Parts: sequence; C-alpha cells; structure tokens
Amino acid sequence: MTTEIKLPELGENIESAEVLSVLVSAGDRVEKDQPLIELETDKATAEVPSETAGVVKEVRVKQGDAISVGQIILILDAEGAGAGTAANEDEEAAAASKTAEAKASREEPEAAPAGSEPESRPEPEAETGAAPEPPAGSGNGKRTPPQERETEAPARVHPPEPTPVREPARPLKLVDTDREVVGTIGDVAPAAPSVRRLARELGIDVTRVPGSGPGGRISEDDVKAFARRLLSHTRGAPLTAAAPAPGGGPAVPDLPDFSEWGETEREPATKVRRVTAQTMSLSWNVIPHVTQFDRADITELEAWRKRYGGKVERAGAKLTVTAIAVKVLAGALKVFPRFNASYDARNEEMVLKHYVSVGVAVDTERGLLVPVLRDVDRKNITEIAVELEDLADRARSRKIKAEELQGGNINLSNLGGLGTTYFSPIVAWPQVAVLGVGRAEVQAVHTDGEFVPRLILPLAVSYDHRAVDGADAARFLRWIAEALEQPLLIALEG
Amino acid sequence: MPSTQLVVIGAGPGGYAAAFLAADLGMEVVLVDPRPVPGGVCLHVGCIPSKALLHVAKVLDESHAAARWGVTFPAPSIDLNRIRAWKQEVVDKQTRGLLELAKRRKVTYLQGHARLTGPRSVVVDRASGGSESLDFQYGILATGSEPARIPAFPESDRVMDSTGALELETVPERLLVVGGGYIGLELGTVYAALGSRVTVVEMLDGILPGVDRDLVRPLAKRLDGLLKAVHTGTKVAELTETKKGLRVVLEGSGITQPEREFDRVLVSVGRRPNTAGLGLETTHIKPDRRGFIPVDARRRTAEPTLFAVGDVAGEPMLAHKASHEGRTAVEAIHGQPVVFDPAAIPAVIFTDPEIAWAGLTESQAAERGREVVVSRFPWGASGRATTLDRPDGVTKLVLDPETERVLGVGICGTGAGELIAEGVLAIEMAATARDLEQAIHPHPTLSETVMEAAAAFFGTASHIYRPRKPRPEA
Repeated sequence: MTTEIKLPELGENIESAEVLSVLVSAGDRVEKDQPLIELETDKATAEVPSETAGVVKEVRVKQGDAISVGQIILILDAEGAGAGTAANEDEEAAAASKTAEAKASREEPEAAPAGSEPESRPEPEAETGAAPEPPAGSGNGKRTPPQERETEAPARVHPPEPTPVREPARPLKLVDTDREVVGTIGDVAPAAPSVRRLARELGIDVTRVPGSGPGGRISEDDVKAFARRLLSHTRGAPLTAAAPAPGGGPAVPDLPDFSEWGETEREPATKVRRVTAQTMSLSWNVIPHVTQFDRADITELEAWRKRYGGKVERAGAKLTVTAIAVKVLAGALKVFPRFNASYDARNEEMVLKHYVSVGVAVDTERGLLVPVLRDVDRKNITEIAVELEDLADRARSRKIKAEELQGGNINLSNLGGLGTTYFSPIVAWPQVAVLGVGRAEVQAVHTDGEFVPRLILPLAVSYDHRAVDGADAARFLRWIAEALEQPLLIALEG
Repeated sequence: MPSTQLVVIGAGPGGYAAAFLAADLGMEVVLVDPRPVPGGVCLHVGCIPSKALLHVAKVLDESHAAARWGVTFPAPSIDLNRIRAWKQEVVDKQTRGLLELAKRRKVTYLQGHARLTGPRSVVVDRASGGSESLDFQYGILATGSEPARIPAFPESDRVMDSTGALELETVPERLLVVGGGYIGLELGTVYAALGSRVTVVEMLDGILPGVDRDLVRPLAKRLDGLLKAVHTGTKVAELTETKKGLRVVLEGSGITQPEREFDRVLVSVGRRPNTAGLGLETTHIKPDRRGFIPVDARRRTAEPTLFAVGDVAGEPMLAHKASHEGRTAVEAIHGQPVVFDPAAIPAVIFTDPEIAWAGLTESQAAERGREVVVSRFPWGASGRATTLDRPDGVTKLVLDPETERVLGVGICGTGAGELIAEGVLAIEMAATARDLEQAIHPHPTLSETVMEAAAAFFGTASHIYRPRKPRPEA
C-alpha cells in the first residue's frame, strides 16, 4: 500500500514554504515521526515528520522548491514497513547515518554541496528597501509580544563566502536605551544559551516551550519536540498564536483607560497570582458549577476537640477544625466515590481514584497555595494535624516543593478563621468538588420544645455538574455534616 | 573610492572582538581607531593598567598584614618610575599582541579619526596626516566612552580624570576623589596604598550606588581603615586652584569642616558615550537623551547598514558586554539568527575586597516586586578565607522561590571577580540551588562558599548552623 505524504498545514496565512533540504531519498526506510524534509517559511524553519513508517518510493520535491500546502512531498510504501521492521540493522544504520549526514551538511557549511549556495547577495540599493523601524517608545527593552517576534525570522548559517552574503533579518524594534539595557535579566527563559540559540534558529519563541527539567529548565529536546508538535499536532494553528483564553472562554478585551477616572499604579502579577489566575479561569470556564450549603452542629465536637487538643499538641500540632474536617472529608470520599474522581470529557468517562488525597487551601503572603495531604483515609487525625501544620508552615515560608502542591483529589477551604460564614468556592479542575467551611457560631436551636445554644458550622460544597448531580451533592454534604456531629460515622462507614 | 565589506570604528574590546570574528568568518575588515595600536580605553587607560596598579596596592597591603602572621618586612620603598614602567609593559604586551592578531587575520588597521559621510561611507582623518575615504557594506560603531567632566571645575593639572590618575605622575599627599563609584574607589585604593591620604565624596547616600548593601558592607568597613574619610550625601560646592594646591568647599549633612585643602582631585563621576564628530547627522541615527545610540536586539541601529556595540550602545559600560555585543553584531551581519540576550552580565569591582555580581540583584528584585529567596554564606565560616586571614566576605544566591532556580549571584570578598564566573554559568544554564549544592567543589577554596550558600538555602550548610526557621504559630 502506498501513502502520499503531503505538506501539512503550517499555520495561519502560510500557504507555501521553501524546501531547505531533503533528508531522505528513494529506497530509504523511515520510521513514523522521522523528519523527511526541512522547510523554511517566512516565520520559521521546521521539519516535516513522516506520518507513518515505510520505505520511500519516490521523492517529489527537491531542495529550493517552493511547495504549497497539500502538495505531495513523497510517496511512501507503507507495506514495505512490515518487511522493513525485520530488515537488517545495517540498513537501519545506513538510513540513520544518511539522516545524520543530511543534518551535518546543514550545520557544517564547508560540507554543503555547491548547489546550495544562496543567490548572489542583494545589491546595496535593494537593501534600503527595508525601511528601519523608527526609534521605539518605552517598553521595548522588555519582551516583545508574539506578533513582533515573527519579525525575527531565522536566517540560517550558510556557506562562508568572501562576503556577508545574506541580508540579516529585517531590523527589529530599537531597544530603548533610556531604560536598563537588559530589562529582562532575572526573567529570561530557563534555557541554556545554546538552547535559546537553537530555538531562534527554528523560529520558536523559547519562552513558550515547556521545560521538562528541574525548575522548568528547557532542554534542546524540549525545543525540538515543541517544533515537531507545532507541525504535526496543531495543524492549522498559527505558529505564533496568542494563547486563547484558558478553557475556551471568551477572549479578554483590553482594559479601559482608568486615568479618566483617577490615578492608578501597576504592579507585576506574582508567579502565584498568575498561576491562580490561569487555573481559576480554566476551572470556571470548563466546569459547570453548582454550590450547595448545609450546616453542622459541632457543639459536641468542639467539646471533644478541647478535651483531646492537648494530646495532639504533645504530638506537635494544634488540633484544628480543619484537621478534623480533612478526616471527615476522606471518609465522605470513601462513601461517595464519585466525588473522588475526575471527569474525562474527551473520552466521556469518569476517572475514579483509588487513593484519597485532600488539598487544603493556605493563605500565604504570596497568595493562595493548596498543599496536598496524601492517603488521608489511612491516617488518623493526629497525623493529619501534624502534617497539615507542617505543610502550611512550609507553604508560608516558601519551602514547599512543587510536587507537594499537586495531585489533590478534592480541596478544602476553611475561611472560618477570617470570620466568613457561607461562600461558594471554585472547583479546581480536574477535581469535581470542593468543600468550603465557614466560622462556627453559637446559635439558638429549637430542640425538645426549647431554644438551646448550639455551635453551628457553615458548610458549602461546589461541584462539577457534569460529574455529579444535585441529589448526590446533597447526600455528600449531609454525610459530612452528620459525621462532624457524630464522628463515629467515619469509623462506621468511611 | 576604495571599499570594504565591514568597517569597525573603534578598536576597544567591542570593536576588536567584532573585527576579529568578522575576519574569521571570511569578511574583509577595516578597523579604525585614533590610537596607534588596538585596545581602546580598556587596555590603554582602563581595566588593564588599573588592575596592574591594584595588584601593586594589594602586595603593599599584604606586606603590612604579614606582621600578624609573624613576618615583618622593612617599610617598602616605592619607585614610582618603575611602577609606571611596569604598568606600561603590561599594557604594551597586551596591545601589541592585539595588533599582531589583527595582522594575522588580515584585518586592516587604520590609525585615525573616523567620520561617517553617509550610511555606507566614511572618511578617516589619518593620524599620519591626510584623509582616506572608504565605502563599506556594513559598519559597526564601537567608539566607546570618555570620563564625564564637571564643567565648574577649573582646568588644572591637579584635577585628574581616571586617565590622568593612571599616569601616576605623583603620589599626592592629600587626594580628593569626587564620586564613590567603582572607578573612584579602585583608583582611590591605589593611591591610598601608595601613601596618599584619600578622601572620597559621593553625592548619593552610599558608596557604589546600585550595588546591594550587604555586598558593600565588608568593603566599606575595610575602606574605613584605608582611607582618610568617605563622605556620602556630600558634594563639592566649590573648587579653586591656589598656589599650593586646591581649595575645596564640601557641602553635606555630615560635614563639620566644609573648607579643605587638597593636592590633587580625581573626578570619577561616570562616563559618557563618544558620538561627537562621528558624523551621525549624515545617517538616520539619533542618539538618545544621554547620548547613547539606540539599537535593536541584534545591535542594529536605525540605519540598516550600521550596528553599534559597547559603551556607545548603552549601559552597562563594561568591556565584556561590549565584546559580546560586537560578536553578536557580526554574526547578525553574517546572517545568523542571533540576538543579544544574556541572562547575566557579570560586574566586578576590583577593590579589596572585590565585589562581583551577576544576574538579578536583590535590590533589582525589590524594585520590580519580583519574589526571590536570598541565601547567604558568610566567609567567616570558610576555611580558605580564614587561611588567607580574609574572613570579610559574603556569597549569596538570589533564588526563585518556586523553581529554586538561580537568578542572581552576589559575592564580596578577595577574589570575588574570579568566583563570579560560576554564578554566570549557573544563571545562564538555569541551574537550581540543588544543582549547586550537589556539585562537588574543591576544598579548601573560596569556591566552596557558592556551594555552601546553596546548601544554606536548604538549611543544611555544613559550616554554618542555620536550621530552617521554627514554625510560626498557626
């Protein structure tokens, strides 16, 4: 069976590209995702990977060709792949060395064939056509926005000639020398200089590449993988697109000019603020939220908490309502497994989790952090109290590790300490619910014909209505309220 | 009219690095400079001669300190002529080497003043007389900077700038240094070691404005013993020449005796870019308010054929920044996808102790509201510093609280300038505190302080006891 490999969509408004080099030739065996040709558009250089494994039957393009989207690049014998997988290693090695050679010939100017020499250089007169940008206003020392980055078209290394042969890429905006020259120091992408350079060669904005190393360090492989993904996975998506609103929400319009109404000042959003903004926008846009409220009579629990508080204190922590609520929540997740889950919208499946971890919202100087307590169903309240205090302290003193903020199945937010009663928390995607706890207040409760003072704890649960229904949530929240009133329930059912 | 592919105007560290790389890449290069040999301010009247003299100062200082270790020298005798000659030998060795390297690369060196006559042409007024016109395809402007003057000060042999101070004509009994920046302190230190009584005045509230205070403190303490006085928040209100010297009136909050006599004054109040007489008016280039030539990320000016690098293209005015820019500009001309985007430009103050930093400083972080964690290791806990009898130092890391990445490194202490290179590499490679803590550093060396500062971040530095802070009450 033969397969036609065509030029895929390269991005918005890119109809055609120039073939920089052909990396395979007829008879070569190629693997899926193996680069076939290298292209240069006016925005980027990129490789076109093979969609499937097979043997190259015929190559229909050559170096220097301008080819358009949909045009056939080469014909692949996919059946040959079956035989090819059993092919001897020599053949594979030959193919590999061929690719390596092709790569080397691009990188090693001396080795370039004569035919690859660029056109004669443009006449000086022609160069003046590229009008320089006027000296720019303020802020240009900062990162350039994506649309301006496109002007950083990558010019490649080319064979040395006695002359500077290729006109350097179009002028960029001038840096404002009144500002500090390197305005981005301290905020550059976490990538080695060689990696940053590779990204530029590929026409990729390195700040958009997700880093796989410690501290988000971006490796050469990360950049290459990102480049490949741009070509093979995001067909039709522009190479340098502004990020759409997370969760597919509406694009955010520009802010009005507040100076019309009074003075303002700006401060950069901290990392925590930015992450919170992103995750909350995503959650709000993706999850159809419902919040339900309930209350628990914790008069007895409070007496019990006071009685045994000292015991827990000797273990190294305060016995707090939050610690107890974490244990109750763990019990509730056991009884109502659909709350210990995620909703996989793509595959229309529920992901039910066989482990119980609870995130607890901590108010820090830096903003909201949610450290995660793991396997809470297997820990007693004392253990939970000690661990919670440690996590909260480290969250506040910035010593918490990134992995300790990940992997929670449900969050608990206790704003009671700040005096709040009822509030509707946002579910943190991909969780399906969140428990809100307010401040307990002594209220007059009518029991057995008289009003008695009871300590009442406000509770709220917000949930993802795709995963959970109102009746489920009502039962879930009632169970939590009852377990707070009768902690034995945890032992009985949870 | 003769023509060339590339003209580089100015043969300092920015210019010669550019010219040499261009030649290596196969371009035809003409390098123009008013001096008979390449090197610019850095080699002739800047970095190199000042470091030679600072070396002398340090040896003098150590000869005194040796008494503490049981070695006493007779009082040193100072042969100023020999010191001057030695300094010149150092300079000549370096600059002649450059001229030789230029020749080997077939870079044409023209001694003279270059004046642009358009975006592709230049006239060079030759030092040997006459002038030459030259067409070029690309030009790199690397004209550097010169010491800023104070116009109110009289023209006098007794009023020197850094160039004059390096001449080392005499060792004045009483020297006033105007400006407590790095040049004033470096040269002030040299004169103090040679026997001058040195007073420093600085208009701002502290010496070395812009440098993190914790790095300045060990230096300030040592200067207290070396210099006669350091007056901050003080300016020179009046300076007049008298028969015997200079009469100076100081003005500042802490000044009880405003009128003073000095034998010489060193003016070190910054540097300004050299663009006068360069013929920029024949191009689209318009220097900014402070006289710098605006450039893009490739160091290209408003004129597509012209690039600018080094001091003339903006702060920081440092030789190594200039060289890197010069190489960037040449690679851009050669068609490579380069931009000037360092994560760290190291800065070194060659006083004793030295101060060096790279990347984000603590004060910059505070200014920008960027969250950082700072981890310090005091040199008092360094075995090597103790053997050198120099515990007056500190090494600190400026870290990202989330990723634990090294964003900045600051060091004060003897040899800090050499140590900072590791910091630059760490920042450029996006290393984390864990990376530095895990990399084995040789013992006993000052470089261990970098590793220990990283360990201190985790509360586990071997040579200081600083456990993680006790938990605040929940």
